[in-house]
Amino acid sequence: MSYRRLRAVFVKELHHITRDRLSLAMALATPLMFLLLFGYALSLDVDRIPTLVYDRDQTPQSRDLIRQFEGSRYFQVRRYVDHYSAIEHDINRSRVLMALVIPPDYSSNIAAGRRAAIQIILDGSDSNTASIALGYVQGLMRSYAVAPEVVDIRRGQMPSPPVDARLRVLYNSSLESKNYVVPGLIAVILQIIAALLTSLTIAREWETGAMEQLLSTPLRPAEMVLGKMFAYFAIGLADATIAVVVGLLIFQVPFRGSAVLMAVSTCIFLFGALFWGIFVSAATRNQLQAYQLGILSSFLPSFLLSGFVYSIENMPRAIQAITYIVPSRYAMTILKGVFLKGVGIDVLWGEFLFLALYATAVFFLAVRKLNQKIA
Amino acid sequence: MSENFAVVTERLVKRFGDFVAVDHVSLEVEKGEIFGFLGPNGAGKSTTIRMLCGLLTPTEGRGSVNGLDIATQPEEIRRVIGYMSQKFSLYDDLTAEENIDFFAGMYGVPRDQRPERKRYVLEMANLSERRGALTCTLSGGWKQRLALGCAILHDPPVLFLDEPTSGVDPIARQAFWELIRQFSKTGHTVFVSTHYMDEAEYCHRLALMYRGKVIALGTPQELKQSLTSQQLFRLETADPLATMRALEGDGNIHSAVFGGGLHVAVAGGDRAEDRIRQKLAAQSIEVRRLEKIEPTMEDVFVATIEEEERKAA
Repeated sequence: MSYRRLRAVFVKELHHITRDRLSLAMALATPLMFLLLFGYALSLDVDRIPTLVYDRDQTPQSRDLIRQFEGSRYFQVRRYVDHYSAIEHDINRSRVLMALVIPPDYSSNIAAGRRAAIQIILDGSDSNTASIALGYVQGLMRSYAVAPEVVDIRRGQMPSPPVDARLRVLYNSSLESKNYVVPGLIAVILQIIAALLTSLTIAREWETGAMEQLLSTPLRPAEMVLGKMFAYFAIGLADATIAVVVGLLIFQVPFRGSAVLMAVSTCIFLFGALFWGIFVSAATRNQLQAYQLGILSSFLPSFLLSGFVYSIENMPRAIQAITYIVPSRYAMTILKGVFLKGVGIDVLWGEFLFLALYATAVFFLAVRKLNQKIA
Repeated sequence: MSENFAVVTERLVKRFGDFVAVDHVSLEVEKGEIFGFLGPNGAGKSTTIRMLCGLLTPTEGRGSVNGLDIATQPEEIRRVIGYMSQKFSLYDDLTAEENIDFFAGMYGVPRDQRPERKRYVLEMANLSERRGALTCTLSGGWKQRLALGCAILHDPPVLFLDEPTSGVDPIARQAFWELIRQFSKTGHTVFVSTHYMDEAEYCHRLALMYRGKVIALGTPQELKQSLTSQQLFRLETADPLATMRALEGDGNIHSAVFGGGLHVAVAGGDRAEDRIRQKLAAQSIEVRRLEKIEPTMEDVFVATIEEEERKAA
């Protein structure tokens, strides 16, 4: 390994990067775009559910119930209707997601001390949101039903033992999705950017015929891989900084852990992701293929298999097993841990170790691939 | 044995599947020689050069460059050679100076020698004034000279040039060959392939390559003299194709289209001109011009290939 040759490759790559202004601008703007788009669009919070009301009772009791819905931030009553067909009409056109139907015997049942029922009609085509909406309705009805129970106690009857569940949410107490979307997003962004940056780099040397020239010099594959990696690492680091700053300033994500730990683990994660892109580039010899393979092999796993959007616990076992070799899974754990929980290396050392091993393994893989292609 | 030779190959073979790209090539190139590799595209010139540079492993045979074995010491060979490939010359998005710096790093030119080597290359390529210009803005000839400069930054004893002048205008080609000649005068060996026949005259010795085989080897003068058993004529008529047909059938007369007319080779010496005139008169083809000429390298090449094909048939 020659430091001189490594440095020459590094400097040459930096020249390539700075000459190609458009690509450089895109490489730096991409994390910003990703964060803004996904940070706002990928909000997993469900509130202000558009709701229709069909009050067939038209009594003070029924109106009181409706007020409960109107007063909740989770529901937004769009309009009152007087027919089932109107509900179907609006749900079919996705104008509302839910309808509340109060039957004509609602108040008389309450007056008679019988169980009063209401009907909730949900648009099940978006099953996720529908089940969340149902959860809100049940919560609302539970709290609404507490008052009559108190009356019962006054009458001297033995109430069923009251269970008073008080929830305490750790780390993201407001349960805002942006707080866990943003740290996860940083891992996804870095994985994609790294693959994008590097996937073309060796394929281009093949396509222009430069590789032939390089192979006639004493340059060794390991020097080429490292030299290129460090050049793109500079951009990766800039992207990481942009992403973190945007997360802290624009999205106001709390930062509770060690900045040093985050910096070091981000670097190691970047090494692995960049080596992966170089490996893909070395394996394909063709810029278009390298680009496609690079995007596919970085975007899909980091988006779908890292626990970013879908929780790993709910995946089938076989898929769960695959997630263990997805580096962004570990990066995500570290980033969330540092951002939200403020935990340190004593907790995250396993993830840290994996990322370091992964980077080393992919480096050797890339060098081996390049050696194979040369021979 | 290879002490006095810069490049030696012994029955070198390269096969790609069933295709034999290089077919038992044996060469000896002396130190300080400009050795030309002449032949049409696909003759196996590049493949031979790439094997000598350690970029391809030979299927059979042996070879050495500067005393180093091409099969077992490719790493060492890379330190003592310069190579200009056919396809790539330089990084277009780097300046002339940045390209030089990069290759100086690749070849490990010692730090204290770098400024001097850089100045030498810039002067040689006549680029001292434009050292900061992006390479893509340089014309073909300039780029070619700069690429040559980058390949000899480390002062390699052996230089391989694979079709270095393809796509460069004739004046720039001449200037380029002048540089090569100067380089060889200082004891460096230059191994150069080309399909421009006129460039063959610049070489000290030549190998004609055809279908993977070396079919003739010698100095340009020797190769031309090998044609003395024939006389060569330049013939102009109204219809070259009809003329060629008219001259067919006589095993001693061979014609080939050359520029606007024909080159006619006649074996067997006596009354050659009369024999041509008789044949054409028999077909009532009017001779506009018929003159005896000295063979060019292209004539040598055509004649040698035809002989090779006759042998094969």
